Parts: sequence; structure tokens; C-alpha cells
Amino acid sequence: MSVRALIVAAALLLIGPWLLPPFYITLANYVGLASIVVLGLVLLGGAGGLMSFGQAAFVGIGAYTTAYLSIAYNLSPWLSLFVGLAVTGGAALLLGALTLRLTGHYLPIGTLGWSVSIYYVFANIEALGKHDGLSDIPPLTAFGFSLQSSNAFFYLIWIVALLALVSINNILDSRFGRAVRSGGRTTPMAEALGVNTARVSMTIFIYCALLASVSGWLYAHFMRFVNPTPFGLGTSIEYFFMAVIGGATSAWGAIVGAGFYIIGKQWLQTLIPAFTGRVGQYDVIVFGLIVIAILHYARQGLVPSLALLLPRKAGGRVAHHVVGSAEPLAHRDKPQPGTKLLQIDRMEKRFGGLAAVNGVSFDIQAGEIMALIGPNGAGKTTMFNLITGVIPKTAGRISFAGHSLDGLGSRQVMERGITRTFQHALLRPHMSVLENVALGAHTRGRSGLIAAALRLERKEEARLLAEAKKQLERVGLGDQFDAAADSLPLGKQRLIEIARALASDPLLLLLDEPAAGLRYEEKVALAKLLDNLRTEGMTLLLVEHDMDFVMNLVDRVVVMDFGEKIAEGKPDEIQTNPKVIEAYLGSVDECSPLKHAV
Amino acid sequence: MLALETRGLTVGYGKANVLHGIDVAVGEGAIVSLIGPNGAGKTTMLMALMGLLKSGGEVRYFGEIIRNVDVEDRVARGLCLVPERRELFGDMTVGDNLALGRFSGWLKGDRDFKATLDDVFQRFPRLLERLSKNASTLSGGERQMLALGRALMSRPKVLMLDEPSLGLAPLMVREIFRIIADLRKTGVSILLIEQNARAALEIADYGYVLENGAITLEGPAQELAGNPRIVDTYLGRRQSAAE
Amino acid sequence: MDTQIFSILLEDGIASGAIYALLALTMVLVFATTRILFVSQGEFVTFSGLSFASFQLGIAPQIVWLLAVLALVVTALEVVSALRLGQGKRVPWLVAIHLALPLAVVGACLWLAPLKPPVLVQAALSVALVTALGPAVYRLAFEPVANASVRTLFVIAIALHFILQGFGLLFFGAEGYRVDPLIDLDVSLGATVLKGQAMLVLATLAVLTAALYVFFEYTLLGKALRATAINRIGARIVGIKTPLAGRIAFTMSAFIGAIAGILAVGSTTLYYDSGFLIGLKAVLGAICGAMLSYPLAIAGAIGVGILETFSAFWVSAYTEAVVFSALIPVLLWLSLYAMPSEEGQEL
Repeated sequence: MSVRALIVAAALLLIGPWLLPPFYITLANYVGLASIVVLGLVLLGGAGGLMSFGQAAFVGIGAYTTAYLSIAYNLSPWLSLFVGLAVTGGAALLLGALTLRLTGHYLPIGTLGWSVSIYYVFANIEALGKHDGLSDIPPLTAFGFSLQSSNAFFYLIWIVALLALVSINNILDSRFGRAVRSGGRTTPMAEALGVNTARVSMTIFIYCALLASVSGWLYAHFMRFVNPTPFGLGTSIEYFFMAVIGGATSAWGAIVGAGFYIIGKQWLQTLIPAFTGRVGQYDVIVFGLIVIAILHYARQGLVPSLALLLPRKAGGRVAHHVVGSAEPLAHRDKPQPGTKLLQIDRMEKRFGGLAAVNGVSFDIQAGEIMALIGPNGAGKTTMFNLITGVIPKTAGRISFAGHSLDGLGSRQVMERGITRTFQHALLRPHMSVLENVALGAHTRGRSGLIAAALRLERKEEARLLAEAKKQLERVGLGDQFDAAADSLPLGKQRLIEIARALASDPLLLLLDEPAAGLRYEEKVALAKLLDNLRTEGMTLLLVEHDMDFVMNLVDRVVVMDFGEKIAEGKPDEIQTNPKVIEAYLGSVDECSPLKHAV
Repeated sequence: MLALETRGLTVGYGKANVLHGIDVAVGEGAIVSLIGPNGAGKTTMLMALMGLLKSGGEVRYFGEIIRNVDVEDRVARGLCLVPERRELFGDMTVGDNLALGRFSGWLKGDRDFKATLDDVFQRFPRLLERLSKNASTLSGGERQMLALGRALMSRPKVLMLDEPSLGLAPLMVREIFRIIADLRKTGVSILLIEQNARAALEIADYGYVLENGAITLEGPAQELAGNPRIVDTYLGRRQSAAE
Repeated sequence: MDTQIFSILLEDGIASGAIYALLALTMVLVFATTRILFVSQGEFVTFSGLSFASFQLGIAPQIVWLLAVLALVVTALEVVSALRLGQGKRVPWLVAIHLALPLAVVGACLWLAPLKPPVLVQAALSVALVTALGPAVYRLAFEPVANASVRTLFVIAIALHFILQGFGLLFFGAEGYRVDPLIDLDVSLGATVLKGQAMLVLATLAVLTAALYVFFEYTLLGKALRATAINRIGARIVGIKTPLAGRIAFTMSAFIGAIAGILAVGSTTLYYDSGFLIGLKAVLGAICGAMLSYPLAIAGAIGVGILETFSAFWVSAYTEAVVFSALIPVLLWLSLYAMPSEEGQEL
């Protein structure tokens, strides 16, 4: 993030109360309170791809907790803040546990239902004053000063909002943030790189609930009065709309969205009655139309869409990484060449009645390159998915470096030293090349959300980025790490994927059609790279269609057809094997080009 | 007149181009094969011709530029795709799948449903036996027959087939190619995409080779089938096939 | 609680559940064909119920103006796009479908309302009015982004809720309305009394369910809609237009929602903002069938109705809280038994 922008914002805030009329200071306070909530939605939705319509309920928990405790028990607001955070965190944990495992529309619906429920709970509990709420909440005091005035609160609210903004930006620019932005459960890639997507989702869901809770705490002591109305579903939807309007992929979008919405609503509520003579919540019509218009014409929201209008940085650059030298990361010892590294024994996978892989066995030795070939639909990619635990097998055994991999998920397989690439280079389009590769080194770091928010992980981060840079240089892309990953041609995207896999320090590298779609010179370079990796002690298994590429590179070949292994051997043995020829040609033919070729 | 023609067809995913300026022509009533390795952009090209993907350049259908024509209207005009993944309606019966193949004709008011259906059953008697079975319960070969049958239900003028032999047993591959060759008599023009280069060139009049998103070779099918470079690239050879 | 109260509550619960079930059916239908989780369907219920109440007072509901404006905008867009594609021949047809038809409904409402026609005519007018809104709403809000992600479509559905509820307030005011039941005939069966209105609701549910079944199983158009739900690309390559499927689905959604509104306003007071909660309860029912199964959606929705009636009896203030807390066991069940995402799923 630009430090300059932050300084300008801080300066504006400092002088704000002197420039603005009192009414606008109060309005600015509302904007700040909403910004804190919407910033959470940026992390959750814009980066993490999760939708919540329950944020107002979390605000309500923070507000009601402090209101009740400070009135009924005279508890210091500074203590009730933490009680509120604990209650909110517990609620978010429960709600998250119920909905985050489910796909798609269940989280938004679960949070919608939760919003409705909690509203009626607030509105019916005797101790919380039912529909009337609680009034005479004590003001905040700090170091003997009473923070009663709107101006004093302006500073407090906006300091919290800016801290939230900084924390979100810090989180997004970290190991944890890359995991958040990895696409989570929408792509097999994240888990295959060792990201615990369920845990990441839960962490950000709780964090954004806590931000909402803080906003509620501030609200209660600012208004000194709470009732259920501002914590209902309608407000939750409004928070969500602020994120949509401002642009959920940008932290500044949260503040712009909140400001646009709250100030716009204020104007509309004055203007509409003045023009139509009717009083009522007609502003919702306007905001509904604005949201639909945004989703039709500028789906990213105001801030990112306006940013697109600025002159583009050359070469599709999306970042400006400064990667210094750092202590290299620890790495695994390579196994003794020639020992059996991966053993696959009678592997079987059925989809319904169809046997995609049927009793396939083979071994891979350390330090060799093995190719898995066969006609389309032979079951090669299924085999890859079985080895890496992306899909569960029906029967068979598999062991790696002497340990069984049976029953392990793709993350656990990866942690044992097997990393793969995907047929359609699965890169994160909006992340830079360097960030994509650094995602590969995810399991070689430890820092989480808190360390990232507080920037306590800079040393580790430097080591991760240095590793990513090293791997990019290794595949020959050392000069392009600031570019957006999807701005590069397919050939380079494949190299980025390989660099990303290498960044995870694997013992066995699985490449799914690495040469597909590459130009001739790119193939030559790729073959050289893979050859070098073998020399350095890496073991490789690749699925590939390009026979030229395979036969000149690999040590051994396994041929599959209709889910079964039909041949195994050295490349020249394979090329004369009648079964293989039949699989590729449909029948053994006198004028088989394969025979001429050898 | 040419049934289908592209000039400078380009397709990009994100910012990377997958097809860079393809010129292909399919004469009326001809079978044209397009061969090439995985990832060369063959499927992408058919998707673009069908209108399922945005493309640049020019696509002419019986002389008319069809840039602004929706997928569904292309179907109504007789352009028909049998995709690589077949895209059948799995939870519906074979009969329903075939009936829906006639959907665009039905919308136009054609009511020659029975005759078309009889014609399809004549080509694929197997489908008549399986009429009330769900499409998802069919074997791979039967699925391909159903996909072809469903396409024929629309009485296409141009049929685009994406890897019809994919995943089929050798015997079934031969059967499918026999049926495709047989379609020639109906006057339909066929653009056939295959990895099974030999079989594809055998039944075709003309052939193209698509590599890395560009046409690298073209010619009458018989000539291409004898071209040593095709032999090398698609069937493997010890020494490098570098030019 | 004695058995009599129990049976009364059960009957009430099933009757209100049947209304949710009608909506849940269309939720599943709309979701399957368009991937839109149409939470604002409940607004169709209030629009129709309140229009019906308005007709009973001899006043044409002002919502006709919304329909008139939407019809004009839709027609303008359709005609412009047809001309741009050089399809001038289609213009008269487009004007007839998108403008003349809705305006005929508007005209009939304005003309007939002061004459206080028979109740069934009033109901038919209300249903026609709301049904005509359905495809227009789809055309304007969803069709331009029909291929967007499920989440984008969901957010649009929520935004539509804001818009439609705002218009509800504008055209119907904040006051609540309730009308006499369509059938005021109670049949005693031993100790239990069967209320005519409840029977009517159940009969409607049965008839509409049967009609939907016939439509989907035995008509080519119905099969086309199912095909769109099963395989979008497959549907497109046989010439089924996704927009067409969407418009049909929304017409049905509005039609069934409108009928539900006529039934609902006979047994409960409707306000301009009642629709959203009604719609959400239908979603709740539909979720019991994982947004896939029609029978489970009906069963779930009736369950929601029963739960609602009983909790209103026991803990009336917490009714909504109890009903929506029922999401928790349902989601728990789904998360335990439904497989988590397969690879590459959207959202």
C-alpha cells in the first residue's frame, strides 16, 4: 500500500474537525464506524471470496455487550470491549463452523438467517430493554478525559478505522494474505499447495466479526443508546452494499463505499421528501438501483474501476516488489538416487460404474524422470489426482519414501513432499507473478493473521519472497515478477507454475502436460530445465502428449489405456511395443509410422 | 460456396492469445479434418466458431459474417457442435435428449419431428433400444452416438465434431468414423477435430494441422496423411523432429 | 396442550407452510434454470396480496404504473437491440409481447377496479399484474449479466429486494391489509374443523405441483427448462436460449408468487415489507432440499410453517428467531451429509 496515501489520510483526519461543520463531523463518525465493518468485508469477500450478510449482528453483539455490562455492572467500557470481542468471536466460530464447510450460497443464507434471528433476540430480552433498547450508556473516559464530544469521538473512531485499514492491507500483503487470496475451495490449487483453506476461511470470518464488534462498541459509547433497529438484516445488507459500491477488492474501497452510502443516504433522505412530499425509506430504491448498475457495468466497484482509468503501468505490472537478500529457507534432504521413492500398488478408481483407473501399479525411483502417457481419456490425470489426494481412491495402496499416503488429502500429501502442477495453469490472475510463486512456499512459513496484521513476520516474509525470486530466476523469469500472472503468455504461465511448485521444496514433482501449448523453442528450454532439475536430484513424474518431448527427455515410461497400464519401460522399448502402437492407432498396421520411426 | 470460413480468427483467454489468426475453409458437403496436439487450441477454435467464446477476426457462414449471431441462432441456422465433453442431459432419457435436439426447429415451427427421429434411429439402432434409459447410464460409445444423434436431430447444414473418438474402444472408434463418413451422403458439411490423425485424415477431403494456436500445415487429406512431418509429430520418433 | 389445540395449530401450520411450499417450489425452479437464488420472490407475494386488497376497496393498485414503466423500458431495449442486429421484422412482435400485453393488463386494472368486479376477477387481475412484472424484472436486472457468478446474481437479488420493497412502500403505503378468506366455509370432521381457506391453499399447492410436474415431464418447453438446469452448455448448443429459460422461470415465479399472495392475504395481514421474510422462509424450505429436490423443498417448507405456528403459540415474541434458528440443524445436516465442493466449483 502507498504510505503516502495513508499520511495524506491521517493529515486530513487531523484537520478534519476544524474544517467540517458539526453535523458533518457526526456524519463522518458514522462513515468511520461503517468503514470498520466494511473493511472486514473487503478481507472476507473481496479477498477471501466469502459473503456475509450478518455483520450488523456482530456490531450489535459488541454494542449490546458493552451497553449491558457498563449499565448493569458498572464494568469499565475498556473491559467490556474484550468481553464483547469474546462473545462475538464465539458466535462467529459457531456460525462459521456451520456454514463455512458448505459451498456457495449457504454462507450468505446462513448469515441472513442469523441476522434475522439475532434481531428478534435483541428485541425480546427483558434485560436488554426489548424494543426500546438501553439508554444512558456511560461515556468513554481515557486518562481522566471524558470522550463525550463528537470531535473527540471523531479522532477515536478514525484512528480505529485507519488501524483497521492498515491491518487489512498488511494482512493482504503477507503469507497469510496470499493464502486468503488463493481462491480457497473454489480451486484444487490452494489445498494442493498446502493451504488449509477451511482454517483460513474461519480465521478471516472471525477477524471481520471482531472488527464489527469493535465498531459496535464504539457506536454504543458514541450514541450512548442502543436499540435493535440498527443491528437488523437491513443494516447488514447496507454494509454489504457499501463494499460492493466502493469495491471489495480494495481496502480504500471500503472507506469510499461507506462514505458514498452514508452521505448519499443522508442527502436522499432530505431530498426525496422535499421533492415528493412523501416520507419513508425510499433511498433503498436508489441504492438498490446503484448496486445493480455497478454489478452490470463496473463489477469491481468504484475504487478499482476508477483506478483502471488511470494510466496503466507498463508491462501489466500490478505490484512493486523489493526483494532483498535474506537467509535462505531450510530445505529437505534429497533421497539417495535409485531408491524407490513412490510406490503405487494396484490403484483403482471408479466413477459410478466406470473404471477410470483399474489396477495400475508402478514405482518411481529417486532422481529419475518418468512419463505417464496414453491416449486421451486413458486415466492419466485421474492417476495424478489419486497420487496427490485430490480425489479419494476406490482401492489400492500408495506409499512415498517408505510412508503410506493412503487416506491423505491433497494438503497432507503435499506436506510430505509431492507437489504438482495443473493442466490448465491455475494461477491467481490478480496476484503478481512473485506472489503466485511465493504461494508455493506457503508451507515453509508459519506466520498467521495476527503476525501479518502487526508486521511481526517481515523476516520470514523476506525469506519467502527471496525463495520465490530464486525459483523464478531458476526457470528464467527473474525479470518479470511484478507482472500480473494472467498478463503473460501460456508458456510463461506454465513456467510460473513450475517455479511455484519448486518453491514448496518438493522431493517429487508432478507435472500435468507441461509442454502443451508451448512453442518449439519453449519446449526445448523446458526440457533443459527439467533435465537440470534431475541433475540436482529432483524426481519427476509427467503426463505428456508430445512424444518428441517425452522420448528425448525421460528415463522410463508408463503407458496407460482405458484405465489400465499396458506397458512400462525405457522410451525405445515403448516405441516398439505392439500394445502401445495399437492403443495409439486403433489397430496394428503394416505401415505403422511408429515402426519407421525407430 | 463455402459452408464455413474463417479469416484471421483469434481467441484470447485473459490477456494471452490462444489462437493467433486462423484461416480455415469448409466447402459445402465436404469433410475437413483439423488435427493437432493437445493444447494446440482445437477445442477453443470450435467453441469460438459456435459463438461460445468471444473471438476476433472474421467467421463466415455460407458467405455471411456471423459475428453478432448468438449461439442459439447459429444452431437455428444449421450450425451444430458435438463437443468434446458431449454435454448430454445426464438425468434425462435418451428420448428426451433426442427430442431436445429438435428444440430450435420446434421453436421455428417445424413439425417434422417423427421423420428426423426415424432417420436418427436408422443410423443408430442402439439408441432406439436405449430410448427410455437415462443418458448418464450409457456407455462411452453410446454417449457419443447419442451426442451425434442429438446433433442430427437439428438437421444441421454444418456439423462440427470435437474428438468424436475420445475415450472409445478401437472397435467403437471404427464404427463412429464409419458413421461420420456415411453422413457425407446427406450433404452436410463436416469440420472434424481429432487427435486420431490417421483415421481423421482417412475420411476427410482436406486437412489442417493446428499447432500452438496457428495453422502450420494444410492440404488434401491424402497428401497430409503421407507427409513425414505429420507422421513424426503425431506418432513419436526417437530423433528430434526439429525443422 | 390438548389434542384439539394441537390439531388446530397443525392445520394452521400446514396451511401457512403450503404457501411457503409454493414459493419454495419456484425457488428451486428459478435456481436450477438461472442459478439465481431469488430471495426477493416474497415481494411478488406482497405485491399481489396488497393489489388484491386494493381491488376489494375499489381502487386500482398504483403498482400498475411500475409495470407500465418497466414494460416501456423493456420494449425500448428489445427494439433497439433487434434493430441493431438488423432484425427489423421482429419489432411488431416484440412490441406486442413486451408492451401491448402488459399495457393491456394495466388498462384492465384501471378500467375494472372502480367497477368492483367479482372477487375472482379481482384475484385474476392481481395475479396478471404481478405475473407480468416477473419477466420484466428478469430482463432488466438479470439478463444482461446472466452468465455472472452465483454470488453476483445473489447480490442483485438482494438489491432487487431493496428496490421492490421501496416501491411497495411507495405504492401501497405502510399500512397493513387483510381481506376475507376466499372460501369462508368450515367443515367439521369429528373433533377437528377443516377451514375452507386452509383446504384451498392445500388444493392450490396440489394442483400447481401437478401442473409443474406435467409441464416438466411432458412438454418440450418444460424439458428445455430442465435441460438448461442440468447442462447449460448442452442446452445452448441445441438452441435453448438461456434468456428465454430465465424469462419463463421468472414468469412462473411471479405467477406462483402472486397466487400465494392472494391466498396469504386471506389468512394474515400483509404489509409492504412482509415479503422478504416470507421469501426467506421459503428459501429455508428450499434449502432442506439442498436447492435441488422439489419434494424435499415442499416438505421443508411445510415443516417451516408448522414450526412457525407452534413457536408462535409457545414463545410468540421469539417466533422469527426460532424459525431462523432452524437453519442451524438444517445446515449442520447439509454440512455433514452433503459433500463439500467438488473441484473447480463456482463461488
